[in-house]
Amino acid sequence: MAQNTKKNSEYLVEVHDLKEYFPVKTGLFTSVPLKAVDGVSFNIKPGETLGLVGESGCGKTTVGRTLLRLYKPTGGEFYFNGELVTDKNIHRLRKEMQMVFQDPYSSLNPRMTVEDIIGEPLDIHHLYANKKERHDKIMDLMQLVGLNAEHATRYAHEFSGGQRQRIGIARALAVDPKFIVCDEPVSALDVSIQAQVINMFEELQEKLGVAYLFIAHDLLVVHHISQRIAVMYLGKLVEIADADELNSNPIHPYTLSLLSAVPIPDPKTARESKRIVLEGDVPSPLHMPSGCPFRTRCRYATEQCAREMPALTDRGNGHMVACWNK
Amino acid sequence: MEPNYDIPAPKKHALSLHVDPSKFEKATAEEKKQQDVMAESTTFFKDGCRRLMKNPLAVMSMIILLLVILIMVFAPMVVPYSYDGIITVEGVRDKQAANLKPFEYSPREQQYMQKYNVKVFPHIMGTDELCRDYFIRVVYGARVSFLVGVFASMMVLIIGTLYGAISGYMGGRTDLIMMRIVDIIYSLPDILIIILLAVVFKETMDFSKLPVIGKLGTNMVSMFIVFGLLYWVGMARLVRGQILGIKQNEYVLAAKSMGASSGRIIWKHILPNCLSVIIITTAQEIPAAIFTESYLSFIGLGVALPMPSLGSLANAARSGMQSYPWKLVFPAVAIILIVLAFNLIGDAMRDAFDPKLKQ
Repeated sequence: MAQNTKKNSEYLVEVHDLKEYFPVKTGLFTSVPLKAVDGVSFNIKPGETLGLVGESGCGKTTVGRTLLRLYKPTGGEFYFNGELVTDKNIHRLRKEMQMVFQDPYSSLNPRMTVEDIIGEPLDIHHLYANKKERHDKIMDLMQLVGLNAEHATRYAHEFSGGQRQRIGIARALAVDPKFIVCDEPVSALDVSIQAQVINMFEELQEKLGVAYLFIAHDLLVVHHISQRIAVMYLGKLVEIADADELNSNPIHPYTLSLLSAVPIPDPKTARESKRIVLEGDVPSPLHMPSGCPFRTRCRYATEQCAREMPALTDRGNGHMVACWNK
Repeated sequence: MEPNYDIPAPKKHALSLHVDPSKFEKATAEEKKQQDVMAESTTFFKDGCRRLMKNPLAVMSMIILLLVILIMVFAPMVVPYSYDGIITVEGVRDKQAANLKPFEYSPREQQYMQKYNVKVFPHIMGTDELCRDYFIRVVYGARVSFLVGVFASMMVLIIGTLYGAISGYMGGRTDLIMMRIVDIIYSLPDILIIILLAVVFKETMDFSKLPVIGKLGTNMVSMFIVFGLLYWVGMARLVRGQILGIKQNEYVLAAKSMGASSGRIIWKHILPNCLSVIIITTAQEIPAAIFTESYLSFIGLGVALPMPSLGSLANAARSGMQSYPWKLVFPAVAIILIVLAFNLIGDAMRDAFDPKLKQ
């Protein structure tokens, strides 16, 4: 075995230069790569939440799915708990990494009872000695996420969206994971239910000490739950900072415009704040602009931006920004 | 001056939508309890069966099918005639018993009954032109048709579902190759292959000593093989199409992220969700197989004589339709009952086992 597979680190999740290209057929035998994720690096400490934001199609979901090896990464390394994740150890590591999906309506099998849905990871990893132990574990999990014990024999379609998402969370928690990828877990829910579910995520983190990669496009939600936030644009990370720091002192022009688009509940303040509206459309990921991907819509763009992609550089206190001009 | 953004006081207008709290009263404890009551929860299978039993058409079909099966199993034990032997009276062949009407006795049988003052078992459906009891022949014909239908549809079910599931789930190049094989098989003429196989088997193999197949004849063997080789493609295509849709669901992705194996995903997540399509197709495959058997009998490729099948009985009765219409009616009614019952049960099962159709 390679010597490099184990290393000591304070981070639970270490991602180096993660790349995920999907081949897109252009002809009978030719294809061009769609760079969904292109050189993304970040770390997550145990029990920490990293928020990942960006507009639709920027590769947020792909990052989460590639970490769990639902897609085979094109390049880059992912260390989990100091262990390099490969095809060989992924089955074992899936006991420690789980995922909560976006759509609570399609992420639960309509032919299975709640008990079987939550018990499935237990079945797969053989985590119980007898039926009673399995049943008890499932009951504990249901209680943990605030579901009634009577719900166990029901089918997913009998529940509301919020309850369904709770079932999905209970399923992710069944194997006692250290890390959960939350792929827009609240964006399909009503705002009132969103708050409930998000608070539950926080409570669970306090109780169980799990780390989250919290993917969302709603900056308010992400700011509420995350310790740190990473901003993605067209497959690349453009800024990572502590949640409050990013909110109060955004540096990258894309982050600035994202923040200015957050609706403000107070109409008075809203009137005073200026909205930064980006010009043009997001470039097609098949024809990425050279250098910095954001330069086509950036008001500070210079020649240097077209030549070279800026690297993430530390602007103090771990506030990393990838921009030449700011 | 700064504009006032406070919500204005409720307007006292007749058509105002503002709610008057004084018109509401608090729910009593009993009313609250009513809200707590939930529908009794059952398992998927029990629930489906309960809904199936509520469908009067399905229940009737099941009763009819059960009766048909009971008759098929027990009638040969009760009726003292054999499907391939001429009726005998006192050990002598009764040559006068040809083409009797239902419940009619031949002259010799009447003499016998008068002589010993006993009852001869009635010919419930009369007799055929070779003095054989027609009821027992229809029963045996139904047995053959049933066997052919169930066996063929089971083969189609197993092969087609497995093939379609693997092809649809794997996708990509595997799917492409597997589906081109299906296309090739689809283009093969089934009748030609049945004839070909029947001829080859007749020359090379002897099935006559085998228990059931020996009686049915080589034609039936080649028919079963053709069903196994050719007829599953329709099912395979159908299942593949279903799976292509189902595997896009996030619960399949969720199972993958949990580390479920491909086999488990197909078995636990994908197949149960196309169960309704598989059930209805299988239920329709049974009558389709019975029809195939019938038209093969028509062109002389059916069961080996003297073994009857419903198709060959109906075909034989065609020539004497004007003189002996009941000989056509009885096997035809049997076919109709079996086919209709299977179709209605298939429909009802599809409805009962689809949780989304639940009311």
